[in-house]
Amino acid sequence: MSEQITLNALNLTRRLGRREVIRNVSLKLRRGEVLGLLGSNGAGKSTTMQLLAGVLVPHAGQIEICGHDMGKDAISAKSCIGYLPETPPLYKDMRVDDFLTYAAKLHRIARNGIAAALVAAKQKCGLADTGQRIIGTLSKGYQQRVGIAQAIIHQPEVIILDEPTVGLDPAQIRDIRTLIRELGNAHSVILSTHLLGEVESICDRVEIMQRGQLIYGDTSVRMQSLGHQAGFIVTLQSPPDTSKLYHVSGVVNVEALSDKRFRILHNYDSNTAEELLATAAREGWQAQQLTPLKGNLEDAFVQITQGSDTEREHP
Amino acid sequence: MILTIAHKELRSLLQMPSTWFILAALQFIFAWFFISWLGEFMQMQSQWSEVLNSPGATNSVSQLLFGKFGAFNFILMMLTPIFTMRLIAEERRNQTLSLLMAAPIGCKEIVLGKYTGMLLFLALIILSSIGMILTLSFGTPLDYGLLLSNISGLILLASTYTAIGLLFSTLASQPVMAATATLATLFGLWLLDASGSSTSPLLKALSPTAHFQSFNNGLLQSQDIAWFLLCTAVSLLLAIRRMHNARIYGS
Repeated sequence: MSEQITLNALNLTRRLGRREVIRNVSLKLRRGEVLGLLGSNGAGKSTTMQLLAGVLVPHAGQIEICGHDMGKDAISAKSCIGYLPETPPLYKDMRVDDFLTYAAKLHRIARNGIAAALVAAKQKCGLADTGQRIIGTLSKGYQQRVGIAQAIIHQPEVIILDEPTVGLDPAQIRDIRTLIRELGNAHSVILSTHLLGEVESICDRVEIMQRGQLIYGDTSVRMQSLGHQAGFIVTLQSPPDTSKLYHVSGVVNVEALSDKRFRILHNYDSNTAEELLATAAREGWQAQQLTPLKGNLEDAFVQITQGSDTEREHP
Repeated sequence: MILTIAHKELRSLLQMPSTWFILAALQFIFAWFFISWLGEFMQMQSQWSEVLNSPGATNSVSQLLFGKFGAFNFILMMLTPIFTMRLIAEERRNQTLSLLMAAPIGCKEIVLGKYTGMLLFLALIILSSIGMILTLSFGTPLDYGLLLSNISGLILLASTYTAIGLLFSTLASQPVMAATATLATLFGLWLLDASGSSTSPLLKALSPTAHFQSFNNGLLQSQDIAWFLLCTAVSLLLAIRRMHNARIYGS
């Protein structure tokens, strides 16, 4: 394998009492990769993140960060990690600069390097003008940025972000996503979310978690095409009998959404849309609007999580 | 790393306005007791001067102020839980603890850092009260040896109280619970000493104030120093253990 593996987790298991909340989770992350950890609430995403960040200890399994074993040499392993928990760990009564300086010191940045690290982190997260503000007075979006700045101030190899865009407005979400994408170019990023759009827009790879297990893992592009049926929605001003629509080559299913709108599913390889338009022109159906159906992650996600309730399909 | 955490702890304490209110109120209370005891001493002085080996100004004031029933002991007992309760329990409640837990530092450093910061703060209060006694030096010669032994005793006492408070702070999920538990424990330990001859000497040995007595009288006894250090160390070790267990079993 040409790319360097920065994070390698093997068969992580964690129990809560007798119940296994995380079962045999194995993850690999390469440099320059953004991995999305998807799952519904309570699937074990946050716990997995806490295990990877070294906040919790796994009851079985092994975590290796940049070649350092988390169990044996936690200090070295943790130096390579930047972690943003679900609730950003911010001291609300501190100023942004003071807080980030404290975070820099905790991450063992040399005294003479702190000022430069502070400027770099603030610049990356768009906090350049807020250094003297008290964290509690900042908006939620800016507090989230301070949380991210805290996680990247020591230039870690692996960045772990637990639901980084929860509770933000659309503009802030876009900014944070751009930032994560940028970070993903130089570092490895693991990101947990239950927003599928987030995965679609920023992740290279997806792992889906359910009931403490990884049930599916692939690139996000391939996941989108999973279970995707080609088709389109068409509006016909003077529609014919639905049975006539089946005569167009390649059509598999026709569903009337209203008197004039139809959802038509067809085979992948046939050129049904063009043919239908041609037929419509010939027969005088007055075709008006044709919208292709896009395969989306939501369908794929539902399909995957419902399809493998108990069995594990992960390669 | 311990100093980084200690510095942050001290700084966040001094940034809160309530801390300064408490410090001001404390100074006022000290001054009140100090002046009233001083007045009493001045009245008694004429009678005492005829007695051989009668207590001097430093001795009587420090005994009345710092002794087992003195104002300072009570204040330290009430005040320490209020400040130590925040140390871990509040971070846990505000979910800021994960910053420390995910940073490349061990539980030992977190606990020792918090302990050091708090002890420095309490040392500040102790020294400010000593400063008040030092003003007597304008009018009368002072027994500096006795003062020094009182200072070291008070710092050891504060260290033990802080360690116990910190231990409860790691155990509790709510700061108020930590404060209540610490206060109850410290008060119970004081009662063992204050309850008079009805308590067996063995139980008395458990009380911090009983061990402080020798410092108050100007004696530096190694057994008492060892007792304070041991008590601090055991509490801190248990606190470290608890922080480590939080990683394994969840907090």
